[in-house]
Amino acid sequence: MAKTNALRQAPVRKPAPDRTAPLREVRGGAAGGPQSLDRLVHERMRLGIVSALAVNETLTFNDLKRLLQTTDGNLSVHARKLEEAGYIACSKFFEGRLPKTEYKLTAEGRQALERYLDHMEALIRATRER
Amino acid sequence: MTPVHPLREPRAEPAGLHARAMDNLRYIRQTMESATSFTAVSGWGVVIVGCTALAAGLWARMQNEPARWLAIWLGEAVVSFTIAGGATVRKARASRLPLFSMPGKRFALSFSPPMVVGALLTMALFRAGLWTAIPGMWLLLYGTGIVTGGAFSVPVVPVMGLCFMAEGAVALFLGPVWRDLLMAVGFGGLHIVFGFVIARRYGG
Repeated sequence: MAKTNALRQAPVRKPAPDRTAPLREVRGGAAGGPQSLDRLVHERMRLGIVSALAVNETLTFNDLKRLLQTTDGNLSVHARKLEEAGYIACSKFFEGRLPKTEYKLTAEGRQALERYLDHMEALIRATRER
Repeated sequence: MTPVHPLREPRAEPAGLHARAMDNLRYIRQTMESATSFTAVSGWGVVIVGCTALAAGLWARMQNEPARWLAIWLGEAVVSFTIAGGATVRKARASRLPLFSMPGKRFALSFSPPMVVGALLTMALFRAGLWTAIPGMWLLLYGTGIVTGGAFSVPVVPVMGLCFMAEGAVALFLGPVWRDLLMAVGFGGLHIVFGFVIARRYGG
């Protein structure tokens, strides 16, 4: 009886928040986990594509090329990777006689960018607190 | 005895990671800013400005003395800028967009010079007794500011500026009888029409 009372009165300790987790994840300690760094978005050009599409409903291939100051080949390679991951949606159509390629950020892509932003902020907090 | 060195140098990684994370966030912000147009112009704010301009136009029409006419319109300008500024700040906060993003700064920088020129010319023309030329000059310079600033905003804004410029050009060559009507149609009517369009298409 006394033992159960002692158990009841014992203070419940919450586990301390692991503030260094974002650092370990970036070093590769927990790659693939739900909070690990999204390498697909982490690459500069792809990060630029996702960021630009986050503030525009749609952008054409030429808009993105001008905005990110890149070449056709480079942009199409990175856009294809994002498209394959389901982060952006691509539609092709004709405007008059000119073919146009338009990109749109998907809900999955927006979530990926939000996760990435959260991760960067957590990383900054973690390094400040060390 | 040789000095003892630690086998591993202390890691400088956290500082490097911190800098890289900050750099990535900065890059995201810059990309977003350069990819957006200045959409914080408040349509409803512009509509209210149009309504106050209509009231000012009616009041100014009743004045015979040029100094009183000018005072009413200058008062209206102060009221309008306060309303439009307040509504723009409110819209930017509501949509969680930075007011002084790069497009916002460009808008302000392009809009300001014609306004400063307008203020100086108003003083000069009024002192020279050429106050009948003031409505045309105001409409032209306001339209110029809207067109140049509107280049960094949604497409309807520069269109509104062009309408002001066209009306200003007409006002310059029409007699003084038309000045109040043109001022009311421009600063009142155009603001109300385009304000509605901005509010409906670009959210508030």
